[in-house]
Amino acid sequence: MNASRAWLEAFLRRPLEAADLANRLAMLGAPVDAIEPIGADLSAFVVATVTDVRAHPDADKLRVTTVEDGSGSTWSVVCGAPNVVAGGRYPFARIGTTMPGGMVIERRKLRGEVSEGMLCSARELGLGDEHDGLLTLETDAPDGTPVAAVLGGGDERLVVDVTPNRPDLFGHKGIARELAASLNVPFRLPEIPGLAATDVPPPERASDSGVTGGITVTIADRQGCPRFLAGVVRNVQIGPSPEWLRRRLAAVGVRSVNNVVDVTNYVMFELNQPMHAYDADALRGAEIGVRTAKSSEVLVTLDGSTRTIPDGALVIVDGTGAIGVAGVMGGRDSEVTDTTTTVLLECAAFDPSRVRAARRALGMSTDASQRFERGTDRWGAVDAFRRAVQLVVSVTGGMIELPTIDCFPTFSHPPRIFLRPARVAQVLGLDLDWREIERCLVAIGATVVSKPDDARIAVDVPGWRPDLVAEIDLIEEVARVHGYDAIPSTVGPVRPVFRPDDAGWAAAHHARQVLVAAGMSEVLTLPMVAAGDPRAPVLLNPLSNDHRCLRPALVPALITEVERNWAVHNGDVRLFEVGTVFTVAEQHGAPPREAQHAAFAVTGRRQPAHWNDPAPRTWDRWDAKETLRQLVGLAQPGASLQVEGDGWAVHATDGRRIGHAGPITADSPQWAAPVFAGEIELGTLRSGHAKFAPLPTFPAVTRDLTLQLAAGQAVAEISSLLVQRGTRHDLRAVHVIDEYRDPTVGAGARNVTVRLVFRSDHRTLTDTEVDQATGRLRTSLERELDVSLRSS
Amino acid sequence: MSAPKEESPVTNLRDRLAAIATLDAAALEAEDIAILGRKQGELTRRLKGLATLSIDDKRAHGALLNALKVEFEAAIGTRRAELATEARQQDGAGVDLTMPGRESWHGTLHPVTVVIDEIVEIFRALGFSVALGPEVETEEHNFGALNFAADHPAMDMHDTLYLDPQGAVPAAGERLLLRTHTSPVQVRVMREGPPPYRVVIPGTVYRNDAFDPSHAPAFAQVEGLAVDQNITFVDLKATLGHFAERFFGAGTPVRFRPSFFPFTEPSAEMDVSCQLCAGQGCAACKGTGWMEILGCGMVHENVLRNCGVDPERWTGFAFGMGPQRIAMLRHGVPDIRHLYAGDMRFLQQFRSVGS
Repeated sequence: MNASRAWLEAFLRRPLEAADLANRLAMLGAPVDAIEPIGADLSAFVVATVTDVRAHPDADKLRVTTVEDGSGSTWSVVCGAPNVVAGGRYPFARIGTTMPGGMVIERRKLRGEVSEGMLCSARELGLGDEHDGLLTLETDAPDGTPVAAVLGGGDERLVVDVTPNRPDLFGHKGIARELAASLNVPFRLPEIPGLAATDVPPPERASDSGVTGGITVTIADRQGCPRFLAGVVRNVQIGPSPEWLRRRLAAVGVRSVNNVVDVTNYVMFELNQPMHAYDADALRGAEIGVRTAKSSEVLVTLDGSTRTIPDGALVIVDGTGAIGVAGVMGGRDSEVTDTTTTVLLECAAFDPSRVRAARRALGMSTDASQRFERGTDRWGAVDAFRRAVQLVVSVTGGMIELPTIDCFPTFSHPPRIFLRPARVAQVLGLDLDWREIERCLVAIGATVVSKPDDARIAVDVPGWRPDLVAEIDLIEEVARVHGYDAIPSTVGPVRPVFRPDDAGWAAAHHARQVLVAAGMSEVLTLPMVAAGDPRAPVLLNPLSNDHRCLRPALVPALITEVERNWAVHNGDVRLFEVGTVFTVAEQHGAPPREAQHAAFAVTGRRQPAHWNDPAPRTWDRWDAKETLRQLVGLAQPGASLQVEGDGWAVHATDGRRIGHAGPITADSPQWAAPVFAGEIELGTLRSGHAKFAPLPTFPAVTRDLTLQLAAGQAVAEISSLLVQRGTRHDLRAVHVIDEYRDPTVGAGARNVTVRLVFRSDHRTLTDTEVDQATGRLRTSLERELDVSLRSS
Repeated sequence: MSAPKEESPVTNLRDRLAAIATLDAAALEAEDIAILGRKQGELTRRLKGLATLSIDDKRAHGALLNALKVEFEAAIGTRRAELATEARQQDGAGVDLTMPGRESWHGTLHPVTVVIDEIVEIFRALGFSVALGPEVETEEHNFGALNFAADHPAMDMHDTLYLDPQGAVPAAGERLLLRTHTSPVQVRVMREGPPPYRVVIPGTVYRNDAFDPSHAPAFAQVEGLAVDQNITFVDLKATLGHFAERFFGAGTPVRFRPSFFPFTEPSAEMDVSCQLCAGQGCAACKGTGWMEILGCGMVHENVLRNCGVDPERWTGFAFGMGPQRIAMLRHGVPDIRHLYAGDMRFLQQFRSVGS
């Protein structure tokens, strides 16, 4: 909502300071996003009189004028505006003036004629879009007077951030009410220059239908349109609005159209009541009404577009068909134009949800729909209507046809709510006395019906506050007006609640620790990805094709990020992510399966280069295998790694594949090192605490065996056989310490050295014992796996 | 009485003790053996010889010899260290000690993760425990139970991404969506069992917002919920004010402003004094001197009712905040999109935290 400081001043009858207003509104729940000066700095412009206008000898569209600016000198100024006349008074930019756009006015020749300054239009002053000609100043002020002094003290626009529950703040009156409460001053409707003192008589009450000024008004959908007021003004003179009206609208950012349309917009911005004016002679059959749209009705709206009215929308109709989408936009064929002589003014209430549905279906939002869908004050509509009639009569010189009509088929009052002071204390923690509660409620326009000391206070809420429907809503109002600042902030005793942390929290925390310790950097990629993986759940309304699905895995996004680093010539990349992945449910229509994964991708050097080691080795598959092993040990107790393709997979105890690691193909530049990546589902952390093992008392003895392995023979087989057979010989560990591929032995064949570690808990093992044990294990290897020692 | 015959050898030993500071490495080791050697050392021998003396002599000579032994050990140790340092200096002659040391890669936590962890830890210290929930939710959990009126303008604040039902026809309220806030976890916690509750809820939430410098279609949120008997707006202010001081520093000014959320009433925004201009007013805080940090309020009685909690007996407060925004403020990151990229040049800037 754009609010004008000057307009609010007119309500509160006192000068106000925009920054102070912004602060007060923020503390009342309506923060001001911006304070914008209306018009540029006008201090450089002065009032000047054109004393002479001559044709330019060398240009048809230019004139040469003589300008007096109060300085005692006269200036020759070349001017292209069609409306410049001798004797006219206009804003003048002297030589040296900096224009709002930054241009500096200089003495120069235009087609051979000297120009010593510039006569300005409204747009050139930054005062609006009017560029049809010079801004004519109707003033008696002497030449040389600053323009700012003539145009009024200037204004500021407050861009108020209105929450969806506060439709009343879409009108200046609503904002003025809040400020009046904050400043503790009264407020009244602004006085209008030249407005007739006589009030407009109240409209005549009717039910579904009535007649005014010869036009029949009918509500055919009471639910959609609970109230419809109409009045006919004859003999109107359509034309530009008076300056005060144009200035008000310009201040809130509304374009001036003509005096009638401007009045409807003025009332909307003043009282939050959208209105519409029709050319009454364009209403076919001398009828107007509201009904539900029929299928495929078409309307050319005010903006000139041909629109199909959505099914179920409320339409304004004349005797023949639709002339407007209720609460959204009127039709072009019945709009008020320069030739209009009779105007019908409409002031109605519409069902917010119907307006909202219609404007959504139409894909448009207007000042009117924005207000109707939040809820206007149907009870306040009469006041808004009478103000509009009075203003239209005043600015057009027309005559109102009496009586005007007020169709209000299901008459009602705003609701009454009961408030318990004890409940105020229970929620706010604050014992407010009855007087203060009453003061707060009266400030928002509510009527407090009960007497003091009642356990329940009956409160009639104001019609402009559709958000107040229950006791708690009033408690919020009491807190708001009393002031959140005035509520204490005292820490009270807290009783502990035992509820364990979600297991996934610790799992993610520990996985991050493992990966950070490995030297990797955490990244948070977007969980939405392009389509491609059949497991990925699909979105109904994705932002773009690149974000059509939910990610079923983390590694692909990490690879994209690796490529991003390559694109900026960084080949050392170590990324990890911990996040949720999604896979479609087996059962149709069920929510996708969600799991927390940890993933990593590494490429480039394993260590930063050092002058002592200028070419450190790069990450390889064994790094990936170890990282995966650590994650499995952390968050998938019981699961183990198996070889799969050229990498490894992890299967849970139930057989589900829950992780993998290995080399990854990426869109690599030639200079890039290979990429390795891995991913695992984080289950529950290993539970329980490590048990202490007594420290060995006796020394270990080691023996190294270099074994000849045939092509395809796996070290894992050998290790597990050795462990199995070695247990009774006090074999404690088998370490693989070397591998050598001897091309002379044959393709795929290799020598692998394993170190056997023997240790007894009871005594020091002798060399003889260990040699015997080693010999037995060699025999086992030869017999069971056909593996023999390398002949040296 | 005393034993004057022993005086001169002791004097001799004192001279040798004084000379230790001048010995070279080889002479020092020889002297060590000559004096303190376990078998033939001068002092060792004399100490052994004490056994043959009378008790009085033993007492007199023993004390003297033991004191000498301690002095020799100290003098030899000191000289040995001196010689070692000299030797290292000689060996190292020509080594440029200004050459750089050997670096290793350092892992980093994402700045948003660090912020989330800090927030969660503060609330855990206040007796909250961590609750998590699914990111795909039903409309009922995300909106209905949280008192969003169907088709109300409040929904405009939550531009929602829906899952393609792929032909399935969900029942009312069962339409699947990506949660627009972490508040559905409140609903899950409350429906799980009776009050009291005190939970902090970190998680990812989604909006149908295109990327721009300050918006992202998915971002983190940390939410909190406290429901008990006698919880009031005073507790809300006190708890969140305490949080602000823990997170932003002792004495950080805060203010609470009225606001609107369908699931809390009264609702508030908590501002903290602008971290960039210390409340003086700058471009970042639009001249107000305040930064909006979190939304909060008393849990709406309709939400309690929808979760089977009697609002006349139980009251509570809830709050939510955006770690991305806080991380941007904290580190001066001008564009939220940096927080979604894996550019090592960006991520490696945050080593001081968490690594």
